[in-house]
Amino acid sequence: MTDVDHQPSRTRVPMPVAALSDPHMGDAARNPDKIEKLIAAILFLSIVFFGVAGAAYWQNWSDWIFGGALGIGLFALGFGLTAWGKYLMPQGPFVEERHTLASTPEERDVMSAALVERSAVVVKRRKMLGGLFAAGAGVFTIVAAFPLIRSLGPVPGTSLETTSWRKGSVLVDSSGRPVRKNTLVVGGIMTVYPHDTVSALTGFITDEGQAVDQTVLIRVSDQPFTTEAGRETWTPDGYVAYSKVCTHLGCPVGLYEQELELLVCPCHQSMFNVRNGAVPQFGPAPRPLPQLHLGYNDDGYLIAMAPFDQAIGPGFWERNS
Amino acid sequence: MSAAPAKTKRNTKAAMGPYGHVGKVVGELDDRLGVAKGGRVFLDKIFPDHWSFMLGEISLYSFVVLLATGVFLSLYFVPSTQQVIYHGSYKPLDGQWVSEAYKSTVGISFDVRGGLLVRQMHHWAADIFTGSIIVHMARIFFTGAFRKPRELNWIIGTTMLILAILEGFIGYSLPDDLISGTGLRIGYSIAESIPFIGSYLVTFLWGGQFPGTGVIIPRFFIIHVLIIPLVLIGLLSAHLGLLVRQKHTQFKGEGRTENNVVGSPMFPTFMAKTTGFLFMVTAATALLGAFAQINPIWQFGSYDASKISYAVQPDWYMGWLDGALRIMPSWELAFWGHTIPLEVFLPAVIFPGIVFNIAIIWPWIESRYTGDTAMHNLLDRPRDRPKRMAFGVAFFAMLFTLFAASSTDVLANFFHVSLNVVLWFFRFAVFVIPVICGLVAYQLCREMQGVHGIGKRKRAVIVERSAEGEYSTVPTAPRPDDEHHELDPEPVPVRIDIEPLNNGGIRQPESSPTGARQVSR
Repeated sequence: MTDVDHQPSRTRVPMPVAALSDPHMGDAARNPDKIEKLIAAILFLSIVFFGVAGAAYWQNWSDWIFGGALGIGLFALGFGLTAWGKYLMPQGPFVEERHTLASTPEERDVMSAALVERSAVVVKRRKMLGGLFAAGAGVFTIVAAFPLIRSLGPVPGTSLETTSWRKGSVLVDSSGRPVRKNTLVVGGIMTVYPHDTVSALTGFITDEGQAVDQTVLIRVSDQPFTTEAGRETWTPDGYVAYSKVCTHLGCPVGLYEQELELLVCPCHQSMFNVRNGAVPQFGPAPRPLPQLHLGYNDDGYLIAMAPFDQAIGPGFWERNS
Repeated sequence: MSAAPAKTKRNTKAAMGPYGHVGKVVGELDDRLGVAKGGRVFLDKIFPDHWSFMLGEISLYSFVVLLATGVFLSLYFVPSTQQVIYHGSYKPLDGQWVSEAYKSTVGISFDVRGGLLVRQMHHWAADIFTGSIIVHMARIFFTGAFRKPRELNWIIGTTMLILAILEGFIGYSLPDDLISGTGLRIGYSIAESIPFIGSYLVTFLWGGQFPGTGVIIPRFFIIHVLIIPLVLIGLLSAHLGLLVRQKHTQFKGEGRTENNVVGSPMFPTFMAKTTGFLFMVTAATALLGAFAQINPIWQFGSYDASKISYAVQPDWYMGWLDGALRIMPSWELAFWGHTIPLEVFLPAVIFPGIVFNIAIIWPWIESRYTGDTAMHNLLDRPRDRPKRMAFGVAFFAMLFTLFAASSTDVLANFFHVSLNVVLWFFRFAVFVIPVICGLVAYQLCREMQGVHGIGKRKRAVIVERSAEGEYSTVPTAPRPDDEHHELDPEPVPVRIDIEPLNNGGIRQPESSPTGARQVSR
């Protein structure tokens, strides 16, 4: 740090005029004939290719011709300019002094003094005013957060724990067709929804029905079987239904390995064994897929005998398991 | 002036002064804004020459491309999940129910002239933007450019990387295709996993339980096209402002000290080179957009929460998080009627939090460890800082391993091994590979420090046998590029009193150029 750095009345002289005799000019710059012609040719090429791009647009040729011509033209334009800078303009080393950014100790003291001394009497000794101002600003922040954050959406409530499946919901496919005893052969699989979320005419009534209520229905055998103790009656005619929402991150558990009787989530490869209650057999999923208690109604359609007995999908703080 | 001189061409020209129209414009501007002094200093600004200082320029210019192509796309994109029936020029989708967002994106690709090119340029530029930020950051890290006084700019840069990743994720979620919808579902579940606030966060943001009430795409749209770009532009301005104020760092070399900057001037040399580079970066995105297909959403279909595709992967800059999610054991905590899904919360929230926090406070971690609080304007050669090198290499090795772990299923298929083997391999590899890479890097740095003349090309030696049978060796001349002409650094912008300038003449620098001289490397 020198005194010179702090004298504002001083200024700098300009760089020398770029003459060809300047030692900062490279060999190419001193004998520019050849390289100048080359750069000129490159820049001319860019104009040609921009012309091609214009024609391609005008004639509605493929995007790759338009983009390719544009790209080559831009590259030539940029390359020409860069080459002009590199070969024909003065090159370093030029030296610029790096002036200390820090002020003098006196100047620092003056600023600190301004902060401390000016506030000593009028701010520091008015603790009550300061406290009230801080409290006011704090209350404002909280109040402002209501429209900013609270208005965004509803509180979760119990919505994350419930689905549209109720006692008596008829299992229907995505076009609203109900499922009967003979809909699936053994080894067959389909995605089902509660009947009141799908309209045969307009498809899904709500997006949520599709995302939350999606349930995978598999006919594992032609006989009822027991996935878990206490669920002996849940699998009429070998039909078993599990929530299709992966308990890891909510992807649809969309792959079924029929021979291994495994449901596989393609996102992170969690595997659930459909015969023993969809207990995760591999991968990062922490919990079995919730199972739907199935039965038949008087018309012979497959129905849910009860809602899911737990929240479907990935875990969250309020989930009671 | 009493008598106005005759309005001849010569008189007009003389009245303009020696610099003609340029001088007149400078004068008029200076009268109003006082730009001459500062402007001159700006034109004289010296930029050190090194190829690695170009990496940040790639980020800057790909951001320019992103803004330009993004404005174009925003004119056609419809941010809505309203379901409509598709009737466009892509026949395989004809008659299907799709969302407006998806329909308009397919429309940009097939029905807007030049739209597919611009869309692909936008996506490629986003990948180049994020990638070049990471490479630029690695350069800053390994050369120690983040040290005092540049810690603030390091933080700004890291923040911009986080925003770039977020912006990229939100951007590729907008088309509402099957892949991005699945990504959004995963993002929802990750946010939901945060204890106490997770469920509130997601129902607020999505307007209800997933997929919400159709508000997420419009909200993401405004975040993507306005809020994050605005913050990025602000941070970018601060980043460049600090660069100008603190001046560029430089490598050690002839005439270079902590107290100077040696290089080429802003005008005209650097300006020409960097503007040319802007066009070349744009050219790279245009060529990629023209010839390399990216995100062909018409093949994936509109998002349907019950559908999924095999080998689903996020964009590459999210891959490390996906890998972490895949190899994490299924440790869910359930107690007292509450659940903490650690299998999601640890790898997808806590882990990136740790990664970015270490990145942000790294300048202070290092200065605390080394006790070095001095100003640094000269860069380190990476090999001279083996411990920093080892840490950085281990850090990147861990991220790369996690990135590879995001394709466990594909790897298992490719190598015909069981998924279980691949999974357990990565569970160990994520800890072992970084340690090995760090140790190797450390040892390499130490070895390189000890080798004399490393990095220089060897010269051929001619062995001659004289008539008497005596052997002698004659070294050959250096190859053309090995010995370069270097000028004595010329202190051009010396400071002098302002008075001589009032004489009207341009002063030549007091020290004259000394001419070329041979410097051997």
